[in-house]
Amino acid sequence: MNHPCVITLDKKSPPRTLFSGDKLVKVDLPAGTRVIYPKPPLAGLKDPDAAIRYAINHPHGSPPLYAKLKPGMKVTIAVDDISVCLPPMKRPDVRQRVLEIVLEQMRDHGVDDVHIIIATSFHRRMREWELRNMLGDKIVDAYWPKKLYNHDAEDPAGMKYVGTTELGEPVVLNRRAVESDLIIYVNLNLVPMDGGHKSVTVGLCGYDSLKPHHNPHVMRKCHSYMDPPKSALNTVVERMGKITDAALDVFTIETTINNRMFDKPLGFLSKKEEDYTMAERAALDAMIYTLDRTPSHLRQEIFQRVPAPYELTGVWAGKTEHVHPHTLKKCFEQYSVPATGQADIVVAGVPYISPYNINAYLNPLLVQVMVEGYLHNLYRGAPVVKKGGTVIAFHPCSDRFDPDQHAPYIEFVHRVLPETRDAMVMHKKYEEEFSKNPSYIELYRKGHAYHPVHPFYMWYWGEAGRQHRGRVILVGPDNEYVPKLLGYETAKTFADALEMAKDTHGRNPAITCMHVPPIGMVDMTPTGSSATSTSSNAALAAHGGEA
Amino acid sequence: MPASYFDVDGTLIRTNLLHPTAFYLINQGSPTKALARIAKAAFSAPVLAFSEWRDRRAFNESLYALYEGMTEDRLFVLADEAYEKVLEPAIYPGARDLVAQCKAQGHRVVFVSGSLDFLVKRLANELGADDIIANRLEFRSRKATGKLLPPVVAGPAKAKIIRDHARSHGLQLDDCFAYSDSLSDVPMLSVVGHPAVVHPDAALERLARANQWPVLRLDGLS
Repeated sequence: MNHPCVITLDKKSPPRTLFSGDKLVKVDLPAGTRVIYPKPPLAGLKDPDAAIRYAINHPHGSPPLYAKLKPGMKVTIAVDDISVCLPPMKRPDVRQRVLEIVLEQMRDHGVDDVHIIIATSFHRRMREWELRNMLGDKIVDAYWPKKLYNHDAEDPAGMKYVGTTELGEPVVLNRRAVESDLIIYVNLNLVPMDGGHKSVTVGLCGYDSLKPHHNPHVMRKCHSYMDPPKSALNTVVERMGKITDAALDVFTIETTINNRMFDKPLGFLSKKEEDYTMAERAALDAMIYTLDRTPSHLRQEIFQRVPAPYELTGVWAGKTEHVHPHTLKKCFEQYSVPATGQADIVVAGVPYISPYNINAYLNPLLVQVMVEGYLHNLYRGAPVVKKGGTVIAFHPCSDRFDPDQHAPYIEFVHRVLPETRDAMVMHKKYEEEFSKNPSYIELYRKGHAYHPVHPFYMWYWGEAGRQHRGRVILVGPDNEYVPKLLGYETAKTFADALEMAKDTHGRNPAITCMHVPPIGMVDMTPTGSSATSTSSNAALAAHGGEA
Repeated sequence: MPASYFDVDGTLIRTNLLHPTAFYLINQGSPTKALARIAKAAFSAPVLAFSEWRDRRAFNESLYALYEGMTEDRLFVLADEAYEKVLEPAIYPGARDLVAQCKAQGHRVVFVSGSLDFLVKRLANELGADDIIANRLEFRSRKATGKLLPPVVAGPAKAKIIRDHARSHGLQLDDCFAYSDSLSDVPMLSVVGHPAVVHPDAALERLARANQWPVLRLDGLS
């Protein structure tokens, strides 16, 4: 019996609507193709503020927040940055709701020494207007910029050693947080790889504490990032997080949201194409027509400036290790779709947005991270694509970067990638040089650029996917040389790409389309027959009943 | 070891060559002398404006002609005060951090400036630069002639000066960094492997974007 989010196309099925950057394309997939859709959004909590109050007053593994507060104490509140959620949510953001309640408790208990730090780690600094969207005008007016600011991992005086794991991994965190009597972490858990010990131990750390897990050796051993017990990255972070927890008093507040990414006019993009109404079909055609004729910069503005109507689905508070299992359970409840039988070919659209390009263009390196980092890792059990399988993805892959946010990416793509695509080589030969580039460090600290080693992390992020898959064929790129730098083949049309893939997988390959966004993930059970490169959709049906 | 080459005026400090010159013109031995020099400068203004537009080297030469007749003693004695009153308050907030960052990464920090050497030297001491390459006045009988000793540090000449400096110190220009706010310094930016522009005007910013050079702000306004 198929999960309702898994359908198999027949000859009469309408084309699928996939993203190709900031455009939409209709793709005629062959009969027999399995399409996996995200689950429908879970119902949002009816009274989010009441749920937040209940959570901090009934925490897990910790006294309630009010019982930890004493007049005159020093408190640091760390908050997840703009990398979650995608796109940014409608006001009020969940983090604003949580902060307003937490700050009210602070005031009630005579706690005045409060700093709010955006836990950016090596991400870019958030701008004031972005903070206003995320935290609301009241908080920004009261705290920005002296008591509300971005973490700076390169401030020599701003970091403090906390401890070292038994394997020699140093935990060095934001000094203000370390020297506080209490750290409160306000998390927005978009996907299962977020939250837990990652919040404080990664969000507030510096380079020395990122090196033990943000490297190609560890990334290769993540199967997948979204399955914490199978993620070597998570294992290292948890080990380091225990050092943090032993040394510091951390009160974690974790929240989950549903996957209602598109507001009403675009809501049909979350539906199965079979279920489109006549009006929605007309709206889609009009949208494709308009987007095709709209200048690229305007398209970007249209998509990036439309906030998502996400709703709060859960909130838990207390000791990190007691809280996080509840969060993960809710995340999987929203995202996990069971399926059986890996595919020879996975087809997916690459949208205009990733965690690392809010209010910027999705540059080629981020296209790579979407294909091999995120799309590949949206699984538990086994990857959707077989070992050596082919990924067919849609994106223009333009040679275009946001020079303010992604300055070091430009050099990475045009200087490092022409030399090597081997993550181990770039890790040894180039990472240190970039990490010391004073211009890029200045842009990270004072401008709005990602840290100079962030492009390396983006490449490492794709490492597990790269080791697993065979070919990546990009459909519809506007140039040949950038995909080539990424190691991708190109095709003008999906039909061409499919013919190319059939050279590897035979005339009747098992094809799965991952219909994201919105976000969904697959609990994949591999079958014996689908382990061969010539397995067909008929074989998939025989073993998994989905064809 | 790489070097970081910094233009100074407009890059690390918000003043330009006119500011210390104005200080010296005003601070003459007597009000009469000061007025005479200011009047001479006022007459030279159109020439300065034209040469600034046309040729950076010509601008420097025209500007330093205003120093003709000033005694070496007066220039040097007033240098501390000129630095404290004009240059030091004008250091951009981010300049100290950027230079410190370069030093921390083991770079040889070199200030390459059209300003006068005895002023740039004071800034170098303050910010921790290793070397300065700056304009030097010619003196005869302990009085400025109003001419500059070669090489005149301006525009395209900076590129050659940097090349010579790198060669004499065994540095690879591909590994080196350069920072400037001025379109006239594009040759200097172009000879190093890691150029960056600092609060550029529109023309330089367009060029930087086209070349995908980093654009920095040290004025704390980003």
